[in-house]
Amino acid sequence: MRPFAYERAPDPDAAVSSAQTHAAEGVRYLAGGTNLVDLMRLGVERPGHLIDVTRLGNDRIEETDDGGLRIGAAVSNAEVAAHDLVCRDHPLLADALLHGASGQLRNLATVGGNLLQRTRCSYFQDVTKPCNKRRPGSGCPAREGAHRNLAILGHSEACVATHPSDMAVAMAALDAVVHVTGPNGDRVIPMPGFHRLPGDEPQRDTLLEPAELITDVMLPPPITGARSRYRKVRERSSFAFALVSVAAVLAVEDGLVSEIRIALGGVAHVPWRAERAEDELLGEPAGEEAFAAAADAELESARPLRDNVYKVALAHNLIVRTLAELCP
Amino acid sequence: MSLIEQAKFAEIALHVNGEERRIRVDTRSSLLDVLREQLGLTGSKKGCDHGQCGACTVLLEGRRANSCLALAVAHDGARLTTIEGLADGEDLHPVQAAFIEHDGLQCGYCTPGQICSAVGMLEELAEGWPSAVTPDLDDAPVPSREEIAERMSGNICRCGAYRGIVAAIEQAVR
Repeated sequence: MRPFAYERAPDPDAAVSSAQTHAAEGVRYLAGGTNLVDLMRLGVERPGHLIDVTRLGNDRIEETDDGGLRIGAAVSNAEVAAHDLVCRDHPLLADALLHGASGQLRNLATVGGNLLQRTRCSYFQDVTKPCNKRRPGSGCPAREGAHRNLAILGHSEACVATHPSDMAVAMAALDAVVHVTGPNGDRVIPMPGFHRLPGDEPQRDTLLEPAELITDVMLPPPITGARSRYRKVRERSSFAFALVSVAAVLAVEDGLVSEIRIALGGVAHVPWRAERAEDELLGEPAGEEAFAAAADAELESARPLRDNVYKVALAHNLIVRTLAELCP
Repeated sequence: MSLIEQAKFAEIALHVNGEERRIRVDTRSSLLDVLREQLGLTGSKKGCDHGQCGACTVLLEGRRANSCLALAVAHDGARLTTIEGLADGEDLHPVQAAFIEHDGLQCGYCTPGQICSAVGMLEELAEGWPSAVTPDLDDAPVPSREEIAERMSGNICRCGAYRGIVAAIEQAVR
């Protein structure tokens, strides 16, 4: 591992200012470290300066005036999943978090870090292989190589990686908003859209600019009368990344779909908000036939690779089964 | 600039098993490396060094954590309990005693991590933390075999002593 200087920032402004000062050395914000330290050990990340952002005062969960929740970026994944307000208002988020990682990792990992975790594509993690995300322009061996677990939607010639987070899939379905501070002040980035498709710049996972720092994630008030569920299919029953996962929120009034949110994990470079399926379903009679037609509409644009064709059927079935379970 | 960059060091204090230890650490050192190489506490084991096997699990501020992924410098002032600190003198911790009684091990390499993880897990359960298999987030979780297996999935045993491990934890709950 490359030697690095370490500092503990006292507040967000100091963290951002230091990130600008040390930009040339290669600077990274450090929270739980469960992904960053691993990537440093693998040689994928080689920062010369780490800024610890776990003690900036954003380590609480509180109710906002509009009935939503403010979740500090430094709150651990375990605390979010066990928090009374989260379990009461947004069980979908708790459910998704509990389907990710292991008990001891959830105790270390933070909300901000979870959003910023990198793909587990094996070529990205192996510094002896080309990878456009790790070394732009070097190529993508995954396209013809080991891509069983990689993307079927929204990928590009340059990159077929998937985003590994469960938490982010639930947040995308819940219309969470990411609060950020940086050299040009504060800004907010709505969750479906915080992460970006690879295009020809797969090295950029999110819309964050250099030195920008996630301070909080805001959740809107819960949708009254809606039911939600996170379902995840993986190669073993616990402590594994998703092959495909779905976060769904459904409300039905007089037999018609009155609220619908669907987000998919394990299928794209981003937590994939299934907007086409939502458009198909809103206002329509709730039922398996409609759910299947909506899933088909969403997956029409899927472009599976040689070895991940199975994900198209898996995503389809997962959407239909999950919505059917939520249907009153 | 020299091709080999100089290592950077920091002075930190750790409260390990009730004792304050002041040490100078390379900023790159994990808590696991500091425990094993600098403090002589070799009970915590290095399995994968990537957070995937759980052999390095210790209690950090009372919560179970993978010590291989925690940079020591980032935990200046922290309170740690390792496998060496669980027993009360000659009296084993109930989880330790249960692992012996139920053969919750074969080669023993993963055992310190399994036991520290189980101790942390039982505390989480007692506080009502849900898991992925808890039927309802609002209900207090019960220590069923299914709950124990789910909550212990961060600790791998390559000998496959899971039967005994689950039985030991079931006993320790009682």
